[in-house]
Amino acid sequence: MSSDVERLLIQFQDEAGEPLGSPFDVPLDITPDKLQLVCNALLQKEPVPLAFFVRGEAEVVESLRVCVKALGVETEAVLPVVYQPQAVFRVRAVARCTSSLQGHTEAVISAAFSPTGKYLASGSGDTTVRFWDLTTETPQHTSRGHSHWVLTISWSPDGRKLASGCKNSQICIWDPVTGQQMGKTLTGHTKWITWISWEPLHLNPECRYLASSSKDGAVRVWDVVLGRCERILTGHTQSVTCVKWGGDGLLYTSSQDRTIKVWRAKDGVQCRTLQGHAHWVNTLALSTDYVLRTGAFEPADATINPQDQTGTFEELKEKALQRYNKVRGEAPERLVSGSDDFTLFLWNPAEDKKPLARLTGHSALINEVLFSPDTRLLASASFDKSIKIWDGRTGKYLQSLRGHVAAVYQVAWSADSRLMVSGSSDSTLKVWDIKTGKLHTDLPGHADEVFAVDWSPDGQRVVSGGKDKCLRIWRR
Amino acid sequence: MPQNEHIELHRKRHGQRLDHQERKRKKESREAHERSHKARKMIGLKAKLYHKQRHSEKIQMKKTLKMHEQRKTKQKNDDKTPEGAVPAYLLDREGQSRAKILSNMIKQKRKEKAGKWEVPLPKVRAQGETEVLKVIRTGKRQKKAWKRMVTKVCFVGDNFTRKPPKYERFIRPMGLRFKKAHVTHPELKATFCLPILGVKKNPSSPLYTTLGVITKGTVVEVNVSELGLVTQGGKVIWGVSVDEDKAGDHGHAD
Repeated sequence: MSSDVERLLIQFQDEAGEPLGSPFDVPLDITPDKLQLVCNALLQKEPVPLAFFVRGEAEVVESLRVCVKALGVETEAVLPVVYQPQAVFRVRAVARCTSSLQGHTEAVISAAFSPTGKYLASGSGDTTVRFWDLTTETPQHTSRGHSHWVLTISWSPDGRKLASGCKNSQICIWDPVTGQQMGKTLTGHTKWITWISWEPLHLNPECRYLASSSKDGAVRVWDVVLGRCERILTGHTQSVTCVKWGGDGLLYTSSQDRTIKVWRAKDGVQCRTLQGHAHWVNTLALSTDYVLRTGAFEPADATINPQDQTGTFEELKEKALQRYNKVRGEAPERLVSGSDDFTLFLWNPAEDKKPLARLTGHSALINEVLFSPDTRLLASASFDKSIKIWDGRTGKYLQSLRGHVAAVYQVAWSADSRLMVSGSSDSTLKVWDIKTGKLHTDLPGHADEVFAVDWSPDGQRVVSGGKDKCLRIWRR
Repeated sequence: MPQNEHIELHRKRHGQRLDHQERKRKKESREAHERSHKARKMIGLKAKLYHKQRHSEKIQMKKTLKMHEQRKTKQKNDDKTPEGAVPAYLLDREGQSRAKILSNMIKQKRKEKAGKWEVPLPKVRAQGETEVLKVIRTGKRQKKAWKRMVTKVCFVGDNFTRKPPKYERFIRPMGLRFKKAHVTHPELKATFCLPILGVKKNPSSPLYTTLGVITKGTVVEVNVSELGLVTQGGKVIWGVSVDEDKAGDHGHAD
């Protein structure tokens, strides 16, 4: 009798709940690797690393027995086990600062990698936008044109244009190859620009339109080629803090008047107003943010030397659409908003006016929210020195990452969703391992607050810029 | 200048010439010409002095004219962009002065943590025994003089108990035992009241170090864990040595 190991009936299910094959009889102390073999065999596709969740809740880490015991499940009924494909590639954590790029004469306020990871741009309080050569880690171009602090920068999804907005309400478009301004300066807003968002690649491969939000409460859609404002979306009564162009042709805007508005991008008609927050809504995050940002570039295909995207408009559009559909899945895009009232709301903005969930737990205002690239997890950075991880689908609280000694300003996910880097007002960056929920590496080095953090989509580098006027590049 | 008021009296009694105002006006308008004539004709040392004085006068005049001109035309301020660039998410928030945050933090939580941070010893005038210690006479006839009382501020640890009075050679009066120090951060120009951990070194004498006497130039360890400071190496600072400036309670943080 002792040779008889307890067995259990398992039904593999994918994330949407579709069953895979028929119920399987497995021993109770089966490990995740064996489960992976079985599942991959059933899937009959290329073997991918998988993670397993019993009944969609508890992850199978050591063996099924531990999970079953923890959950207290009946061993008679068929147990549903959800499998989640993990990213095939693995991003290595950054460990050292390879260079400290000086050149800005004032604090670095924003920094971003281009969608392929080939170019790096940074905007600063000295009114310049600087482009940096990543292979030699030296300055490449200094682009002058703004007359006040460059508050936000945003790369177009094909990586060929950079839009920057300044405190004097002007937007300039730059060419990263030459560092020259493309077209005219876009003027029209009356107060400073808070956020810039490009139209996704799969909707328009030319990357012609962008949306900008400003403190004056209006959102403008600009035509970059003609250099003029296409549409003005008014409706908010106070400063618009964030604007996101969704993949379904909807624009989402959040504002200090405690509301979030959903607009149709084609004609500028307001579809919905999402209310619920009790204080300023600071930040928005779309579940498909990462895939919209990288466009047709697949991080799994990244090479050591990042290349430009090649191909005709149709090819790029096709690729971007494929990637977008894969990440989006069946459900429509989810939206998360973080606010000064210490809570986050999870919305389904395309369909519902009511929030899906209210995520409480922070004890100070939330500065940034970000979905992981595979949309399963959600990270919120707050002024209460902690970062909280939530489930991306249901909004359930998962874990808290503590370690910073001052307000956490920004976070950035690695392309495989396994690591996350956070920059804080205490001048350090910390790399967190999401699987274990622990601090992976501490990256000190900045002399003053860290204002901007970004992880390149090819996973090789992390850039951070701050009040000490220098930009630091971190690599493995 | 007249010694008496006879000129005034005459004016009051008989009035002025009928063309007085006219003549006055014309004389004043001639003044510029006369000045320039004088300036041209003067020679010698007198001329040098006069020219120097006139030059400074002219400079002043030019300045006031320019100021008046600026006031007339209101120019758009094309100064340099202001300092203190902050990202968009910090723009509408008033930057809380760090000092306020730190003092709030300290008021909230008080934790004991041991820590050290070395500081070079400053060169200070050594204080003699007569200054720091006072002789206490004891005995039936007040003749014995082996006891000493500390006259400066001192720090005794938490677990301090006096020796039996018969054997006590150095007396540290309770009124002079201090537990907290006012520490001024040189950069923030803010002062915090932080608990003392111990006296590290008194430059006057090792005897004072063991007694815990705090005089000018003493290096004292202070608990700054509540401040949440981080060094460039990324370590959190637990303790800081403080240089005493005066024999009072004030000190600088290093």
